[in-house]
Amino acid sequence: MNVRNILDKVWLSLAVAAVVVALAPLASIIYYVTVRGIAAISWNFLTHNFDQIGNSGGIANALEGTFLVVALASAIGIPVGLLAGVYISEYATGRLADVVRFLSDVLVGVPSIVTGILVYSAIVVSFPTPYKGYTAFAAGIALGLMEIPIIANTTSESLKLVPNSLREASAALGIRKWRTIFLMMANCLGGIMTGILLATSRVAGETAPLLLTALGSTQSFQGWFNSIETMTLFIFQNGTSGTPNLVEQAWGASFILLITVLGINIAIKLVTRRRIVFV
Amino acid sequence: MSTFPAGRGRKGALADNVFRGLVFLFAALIPFILAAYLFELGSHSIPSINAFGLSFVFGSQWNPPREIFEVLPEILGTLVSSLIAIAIGVPISLGVAVFLSEISPKGPREIISAVVELLAAVPSIVFGFWGLVILVPQVVRPVEGFLQAALGFIPLFQHAASGYDLFAGGVILAIMIIPYVAAVSRDAMLTVPRSQLEAAYALGGTKSEVIRMAVLGYARSGIIAGVFLGFGRAIGETMAVTLVIGNSLQFTSSLFAPAQTLASLIANNYGETIGTVPVAALIEVGLVLLGLSLLANFGARLILRRFVRKGAQML
Amino acid sequence: MYSEVEGIEVEGSPVSASAVNTIPFDAGKHPIVEVRNLNAWYGPQHILSDVSMKFKRNRVTAIIGPSGCGKSTLVRCINRLHELVPNSKLTGNVMLDGVDIYGKQIDVVVVRRRIGMVFQKPNPFPNMSIRDNVVAGLKLAGVRDKKRLDEIAKNALQQAFLWDEVKDKLSNSGASISGGQQQRLCIARALAVEPEVILMDEPCSALDPTATAKIEELINKLSEDYTVIIVTHNMQQASRVADYTAFMYLGKLIEYDETPTMFENPKEELTERYITGKFG
Repeated sequence: MNVRNILDKVWLSLAVAAVVVALAPLASIIYYVTVRGIAAISWNFLTHNFDQIGNSGGIANALEGTFLVVALASAIGIPVGLLAGVYISEYATGRLADVVRFLSDVLVGVPSIVTGILVYSAIVVSFPTPYKGYTAFAAGIALGLMEIPIIANTTSESLKLVPNSLREASAALGIRKWRTIFLMMANCLGGIMTGILLATSRVAGETAPLLLTALGSTQSFQGWFNSIETMTLFIFQNGTSGTPNLVEQAWGASFILLITVLGINIAIKLVTRRRIVFV
Repeated sequence: MSTFPAGRGRKGALADNVFRGLVFLFAALIPFILAAYLFELGSHSIPSINAFGLSFVFGSQWNPPREIFEVLPEILGTLVSSLIAIAIGVPISLGVAVFLSEISPKGPREIISAVVELLAAVPSIVFGFWGLVILVPQVVRPVEGFLQAALGFIPLFQHAASGYDLFAGGVILAIMIIPYVAAVSRDAMLTVPRSQLEAAYALGGTKSEVIRMAVLGYARSGIIAGVFLGFGRAIGETMAVTLVIGNSLQFTSSLFAPAQTLASLIANNYGETIGTVPVAALIEVGLVLLGLSLLANFGARLILRRFVRKGAQML
Repeated sequence: MYSEVEGIEVEGSPVSASAVNTIPFDAGKHPIVEVRNLNAWYGPQHILSDVSMKFKRNRVTAIIGPSGCGKSTLVRCINRLHELVPNSKLTGNVMLDGVDIYGKQIDVVVVRRRIGMVFQKPNPFPNMSIRDNVVAGLKLAGVRDKKRLDEIAKNALQQAFLWDEVKDKLSNSGASISGGQQQRLCIARALAVEPEVILMDEPCSALDPTATAKIEELINKLSEDYTVIIVTHNMQQASRVADYTAFMYLGKLIEYDETPTMFENPKEELTERYITGKFG
């Protein structure tokens, strides 16, 4: 056993150690969120609104808020993202497609808090509403802006995988381009749905842009032009409160949020076996 | 692109044109949104730019009651915490990438890759919350205590180490960038042709030597792109950092002092900002952050596009 | 004992090869490489069946045969590259100077340094300069002295007939030169670690006729100092460069003799049919 062989074994062990170190946080997060989160879950917890004073509070309005805001975001993000993706894959010529795809990639990398600032600046600040302009509507726009480039990219990548022979066969039959495209989308529906699910679960877990648009609330949905609560805001506000009861509720909300988001991601990986990384 | 027939019927042509119009419109939104970021944030920070000029980025006082807004400490906090993230996270990520591409047998490779990527799916507030309650008290604080005991004579490690400080910010960012850097590096390493590895083995290299000589060298550009990507991600992260960085408005030359990043500054000022100049200042912070982030991401994307073949699906 | 020998001298002795061997070819000298009852598999596929042969020192031996006959696998068993493929298996012995290189105490790293290899497609390291490519193997062995490395690089490049063409661009990327030059670079890289045996796996099949001619000329010169084993599908090449030729078919060694005899007077019918172009 000489020096080189020993060093070899050391380096290779370090690589293995790196994997262990990389996986430890995930294991820890899942463990603690589950153990402490489950303690907070109860029927009451799931069906009541946040209650600052008593112990009977819950995440009902937060759940509702997340759902509604993400729904609005998707109503914007999905159509725009899909068609933008269609453009990149089916309409743009080589160079232009590259440029738009590149810009889309850049958009994905914009920090979510900056997206929040954009909507804050463009809408919230100048909106005459009861809560100083913080609205569920603005929140939906912000998250929608985040969804657009993600869905555009996954859609265009999925469409690129559809073989050209399909396009040609369709054209040869005299089928209109727009119908052909629908046909191709049906062909790569799995990839497109995956992209939509990923984008949706990603924005459902966002907090920063909501600080500047939704603001948070202790009440149920009060209309699109009022502030609103979401799961992520709930965790933020209660997790940092220092009050044990509220912190426990934050664990509970974390648990619900985490299993949903991870569940969607795991399901996608199992079904598609694709390597997909949020970049 | 195949040619489409002139088609039958005006209705068909109309639908095609409407569709095409929509597609073009929505696609144009992408550059439009990017431009909107720059214009909107640029124009709405003008009151602040007028009021403070360059001292916004060179001064150190963020004082809302006195309406003085300067963010140098936050810029430093952003850069230093991201650099710590790189210093800690990149070696780990490279180790993971090397393991996945060169050491692991094929079966476990898929599973372990998937699990590492799962880390990226964890919502950042959950990360931050876990960091606040678990990571800092259980891991960061003891490590800081140890470092202070061993190396406390260096100013870098001198400060009451509560754990909620710049170092903790760097650590949690390191954890968060691992999936990105590891995935991009792994993909770059997987593109190394077998013949390169064989050449190195044939010269009489041990496995780790072959990896260093043939894999890391060949995949260098891809790895660097991954590092830039991780750096860009770290710069823009808000919630996780806000919850562990201590949120002090001063920048001290100690890793163990509480600090602030541009992102956490915005997060901490949410909901309370009123008045033309304060609002403009907040928006200007966003503008500075946008600039930094675009630089990092732009750089990464350019390298990625040019040198790395498209292996993974990347959003 | 074999495993204690480092295989390369790190300080002192000059770079030139050991005393030129003037052994007459039929002196029953210990063959430098001997393969005994070699069987090899990739997974369930049985590639080599019971191959036994001795390779003469300081001669060029060609291995010919149709695609899939196992000739590449044979040489990869000689420098222990075969075992890097997952699910590969091997039984039998490969002896270098009388010692089984698959023995338990043998350091495979040293084996591979003593038995060098040049591949079918030139594979210089693109992120390294020409000079760094040449000395790559030495750096692995721990040689650090810049002057020494430069000397060795120059010598190896000269031996590979490449020095004059690249001496002014030693810091350019290894991939920046033509295919033929890249292959000579790979030969120089293999020579720099002073092996005793050089394996060549169809080294000219990716090159044009001019580049091929240059390398064939090089092979003839190399055999003065090294033992060369060359796999080729080009029979004319074998007859041009090799002292001995072995013909393989479907994993078995069919015939092995001096080159002139093989081509003019083959003993096996299968050999004759292959050589006259009736198959393969």
